[in-house]
Amino acid sequence: MITPASGTGNMSPVLELNGVTRIYGTGTAAVSALQGIDLRIDHGDFVAVMGPSGSGKSTCMNILGCLDTPSSGIYRFKGVEVGKLSRDQRALLRRHYLGFVFQGFNLLNRTSALENVELPLIYRGTPAAERREMARKALAAVGLNGWETHTPAELSGGQQQRVAIARAIVASPEVLFADEPTGNLDSARSREIMELMTDFNRDRGITIVMVTHDSDMASYARRIVRFMDGIIDKEEQNGGANNVS
Amino acid sequence: MFLETILIAMCEIRRNVMRSSLTILGIVIGVASVITMVTVGDGATKQVAYEISSLGTNLIDIHPGQSFRGSGGTRSGAPMFKITDAEAIARDISGLAGVAPVTGRGTQAIRGNDNWATIITGSTNDYLKVRNWTLASGRQFTDGELRAGAAVCIIGATIRKQLFGEQDPVGYTIRLEKISCQVVGVFKAKGQSGFGTDQDDFVLMPLRTVQRRIVGKSDISSIAVSAQDGVSTEKVKADIERLLRERRKTGKNEEEDFHVRDMQEIVKTLTGTTRLLTTLLGAVAAVSLLVGGIGIMNIMLVSVTERTREIGIRLAIGAMEKQVLMQFLIEAVVLSCFGGLIGIILGIAAAAAGASALKVPLILNIGIIVIAFVFSAAVGVVFGYFPARKAALLDPIEALRHE
Ligand SMILES: Nc1ncnc2c1ncn2[C@@H]1O[C@H](COP(=O)(O)OP(=O)(O)OP(=O)(O)O)[C@@H](O)[C@H]1O
Ligand SMILES: [Mg+2]
Repeated sequence: MITPASGTGNMSPVLELNGVTRIYGTGTAAVSALQGIDLRIDHGDFVAVMGPSGSGKSTCMNILGCLDTPSSGIYRFKGVEVGKLSRDQRALLRRHYLGFVFQGFNLLNRTSALENVELPLIYRGTPAAERREMARKALAAVGLNGWETHTPAELSGGQQQRVAIARAIVASPEVLFADEPTGNLDSARSREIMELMTDFNRDRGITIVMVTHDSDMASYARRIVRFMDGIIDKEEQNGGANNVS
Repeated sequence: MFLETILIAMCEIRRNVMRSSLTILGIVIGVASVITMVTVGDGATKQVAYEISSLGTNLIDIHPGQSFRGSGGTRSGAPMFKITDAEAIARDISGLAGVAPVTGRGTQAIRGNDNWATIITGSTNDYLKVRNWTLASGRQFTDGELRAGAAVCIIGATIRKQLFGEQDPVGYTIRLEKISCQVVGVFKAKGQSGFGTDQDDFVLMPLRTVQRRIVGKSDISSIAVSAQDGVSTEKVKADIERLLRERRKTGKNEEEDFHVRDMQEIVKTLTGTTRLLTTLLGAVAAVSLLVGGIGIMNIMLVSVTERTREIGIRLAIGAMEKQVLMQFLIEAVVLSCFGGLIGIILGIAAAAAGASALKVPLILNIGIIVIAFVFSAAVGVVFGYFPARKAALLDPIEALRHE
C-alpha cells in the first residue's frame, strides 16, 4: 500500500496538478480534452468547477479522483504521483481517501439505501456491525433516517442523491468529488444538497471539489475554477455570503 | 475480505432468483442425468451379476466348438460329447460337486386342451445341484427311472402355471412330443434372468429318456459341472481342458474344439457389457454438464454487461481488480455448486424411480456423486472465469457511463 504524507496544517496542498494534459484517442482522431492544467487545492477547500460543456471538467475530475491518469504532466495526491501508480494502487487511494458523488446518482439497483451506503466500508474491511452503525449515521446525517430499507426505486431523486452523498462520506474521506451533484434536481432540493455539502466541508473539514453548471450552486463554494477548451480560464475566490457563518 | 466477497456474491444471487435459477438449470440437468444414468447402470450391472450367480457360482459349462465369443455356436465338424465324456470327468477330476450331461430341444407341452411351447432338458439329478434348482413339491428322479429312461419329468414353475394353474401337478401326466410323461416334481421359481429370458420355462427329464425317445441320438450337447465349495474353478477348468484334449485327441499346438467356461467368465462378459453401456450413457450425460457450463458462461457474460454500471461503481469506490474477479467467480461457483447439489438430489430421486421401474437394486455410487459435484464446481470456475475477468478489467469511467 502507498501511504501519502498525512495532511498537516490547514493549508497544505492535497491535490496538485502541474501541466496536466489528457488526450483521448490517437492520430487524427485525437481529442485534447485537457491542454495543460495547473491547479492546487488545499486541505479543507471547497472548489466549484464551472465551464461550458466539453471544456474538460469531467476529464479533470476523473484525473483528480484517481480514476484516470494524465497523458502528460504530473498529478500529485498528497504528494504521491498518481500517474506512476498501478490500477490497484489507485483503487486503494480511492478506497481510503476519496468519496464520489457521481452524476446521475449511480446507486446499486434493488439494493437498500443502507446496503448502498455500506458498500465503501465493505471494501475497507470494516466489521459488519460497525459498518451498519456507520451507514445508519451517514444516512441520518443526510436526513434519511427511517429510509434505510428502501431501494433506489422507492426513493425520490433528491433522496437518491442524498443516499449517494451518504455513501460518499460514510468512510470519512479526505476529499469529496461531486460531478454535477444537483444536475437533475429542482432548486429547492439542490439548495438542500448544497447545505449538506457546506456542512460537511465546514464541520468535518472534508475537502470538496464539485462540478456544476449553476452559478447559484457555485456560490456555496469558497473558490470557483472556470474551464474553457481544456484550460483553466479563470480562478476566483468566492466572497459569497454562504461561506460566512 | 474473502468472506465479504462471498457474502456480496450471495446477496447478488439472492437478488436475482429468476436469473440464478435459469443459470443453474443446465448444471442441474447435467448432474442429475449423470447420476441417474450411472446409478441405474450400476444397479443393472449388479442385477445381472446377481442373477448369474444365482445359477451357481461354481458352475463350469463345457460346450463343443469354440468360444461363444467367436462366430458362435458349434463349429461345424466339432464332434458332440458322449455320455462317456461326462463319466470320465466325474471319475477323473477331483473337487467336483456334480457333473450333469445335458441335451435337449424345444417342444410343446400338452395337457388336455392347453399347450405351451417350452424346452425339454435331459439330464441327471446332478443338474439340480449344478444349476442351483430346488423342488417346490414332489421328488427327484429315482436311479431306476434314470437307468431305464422312464417317462417322468420335473416341470418348471411357468409350465405348472400354464397347464395346471394353482393345482399341484405331481402325479398327473403331460404329453411331450409323442410320449405321455408323468410329473414327479415341480421346481421352485427363479424368475426372469438378467437377459430377460424365463428361467422357469423348461421341463427336466432323465437324460436317457430324452436321448432315446425325444432326440433319437446318444449325443449330449453340453456338460454342466460344479466345483465343490472352496475348490478353485480355475484349476478345475484347467483339469477338464487337459482331460478333454486327451479324450478328443487334440494335437499339442492345435486349438481345442470345445470350450470350457466358468461363471466368472460369463459374469465378466455380461457385466462388462452393461458397464460399457453405463459408461456410454454417463459420457452422454457428461456432455450435457458441459453444455450446462456453457450456459453458465453465457448468462454470466450477459450479467456482466447488464451490471456494467454496478461494476463501475464498485471499482470507483475502491474495489480492486481481484475483488471484482473474485465476486463474479464466486458467484459462478456458488451458482454451479448449488446447481450441482440440486442435480444430485434430483438425480438420486430419478435413479430411485428408474431402479424401481426397471426392478434393479438402487446402489448409490458415492464416487460418482462426489465427482459430479466437484465437476459442477469446476464448471463454475472454468466458465465463470472469462466473464469475471471481463468484469474486473472494465474501465471504471467507461463502466459508470454505461446505460
Ligand atoms: N472517453 C472519451 N473518449 C474520447 N473523447 C472524450 C472522452 N471523454 C471525453 N472526451 C472528450 O473530451 C472533451 C472534454 O470532455 P468532458 O467530459 O471532460 O467535458 P465536460 O466539461 O465534463 O462536459 P459536460 O459539462 O458536458 O459534462 C470533450 O470534447 C469530449 O468529447
Ligand atoms: Mg461532464
